[in-house]
Amino acid sequence: MPSLKDLKNRIDTVKSTRKITKAMQMVAAAKLRRAQEAAEMSRPYAERFNAVMAGLASSVGDSEGAPKLLSGTGKDDVHLLVVMTAERGLCGGFNSNIAKLARTHAKDLLSKGKTVKILTVGKKGRDAMRRGYSDHFVGHIDLSDVKRVGYENAREIAQDVLNRFDEGEFDVATIFFSKFENVVTQVPTAQQVIPFETPEGTEAPDALYDYEPSEEAILADLLPRGVATAIFSALLENGASEQGARMSAMDNATRNAGDMIDKLTIEYNRSRQAVITNELIEIISGAEAL
Amino acid sequence: MADAFQFDLVSPERRLATVEATSVQIPGADGDMTAMANHAPTITTLRPGIVTVTHSGGTDEYVVSGGFAQIAPDEISVLAEQALPRGDVTQEVYERMVEEAQKAYDTTKETYKNEPGPVDEAAKLLADMVAVGGHIGLSTKQPSL
Repeated sequence: MPSLKDLKNRIDTVKSTRKITKAMQMVAAAKLRRAQEAAEMSRPYAERFNAVMAGLASSVGDSEGAPKLLSGTGKDDVHLLVVMTAERGLCGGFNSNIAKLARTHAKDLLSKGKTVKILTVGKKGRDAMRRGYSDHFVGHIDLSDVKRVGYENAREIAQDVLNRFDEGEFDVATIFFSKFENVVTQVPTAQQVIPFETPEGTEAPDALYDYEPSEEAILADLLPRGVATAIFSALLENGASEQGARMSAMDNATRNAGDMIDKLTIEYNRSRQAVITNELIEIISGAEAL
Repeated sequence: MADAFQFDLVSPERRLATVEATSVQIPGADGDMTAMANHAPTITTLRPGIVTVTHSGGTDEYVVSGGFAQIAPDEISVLAEQALPRGDVTQEVYERMVEEAQKAYDTTKETYKNEPGPVDEAAKLLADMVAVGGHIGLSTKQPSL
């Protein structure tokens, strides 16, 4: 039976924990709004970009001199998995869900006899992927100093990936991130970025366009940008998902702490009552004995 | 009065403009072009330069650092890699943009030592970037080529 003082201490501990989780939830809520706005702002660009790419890809795609970023290297032996997660924890299953998807994917590829290489963005993903797949690691990109993810960051990551591609390090690149549906639902998603795949639901423009300078030149210019655009969208989706996941995780934690405080308070009151009753009995029996 | 068409200027991070415009001047990779309504459908890449939009309320100018434009008879979209309203481009911002172009040029020169093609392209981008400064009346720093 814990003493009254112990109980009091525990209640205080849980109370301060609740304060912290409550604060984190509110911070996450504010950040979520900003992250969602950023994600929405980037949508018009991505949509138009994909539409133009779809049109170009369908007209150049089958010809022989098509760029490798579009048609692939002709093999699919070496896969690069770009696993994008958060820099921080305490956001529910957000990081582990992405890592789990990536791990299942890696296991699948390995069982088919392919080579797997892993590039991580975000500290939490690196830690999670290191367990069991440390031999496949090729790199890590640290974004912990970045306060607000910008297109610049996406371009740097894309440049890293493209350099590796140019050096023939891999044939297929897939990015892993979490798609933001709403505050309670984030869907871990895998998206192939090299060779380029038209995202679902994109409509190719039906008009016949003139291309200046030439179709090939534009395509060569756009394909690397396509990788950056895909990574940028993924980073923003991830940002919103992370805050959403943290918000609901912290909401739960706050509620659990509240429940715990109630339970402990009842226990505290009961034991205090017991102590008082005990003292009364002692006094009364002492008086009776006289 | 010329016909109006829908003009959008978007960068990956935000939508800068969406207006009913009457003409748009675009710094195309092969030279400047002015597009009005009912232009033949064209897709062109951009070089660093200034996009000028004329609409019923006047003209707006934006500094873009590259990207591409999609021109359709009733709609023009400029998808810029990096775009800023001209008023937001201060000496400081501009110098940073030139510096970036300079850095890109230097790395290209390193990577493609014996191929003039990509190096020339990067040099042209850098020169274009420097020229933008002259257009908007900022003091220019001479690039080292």
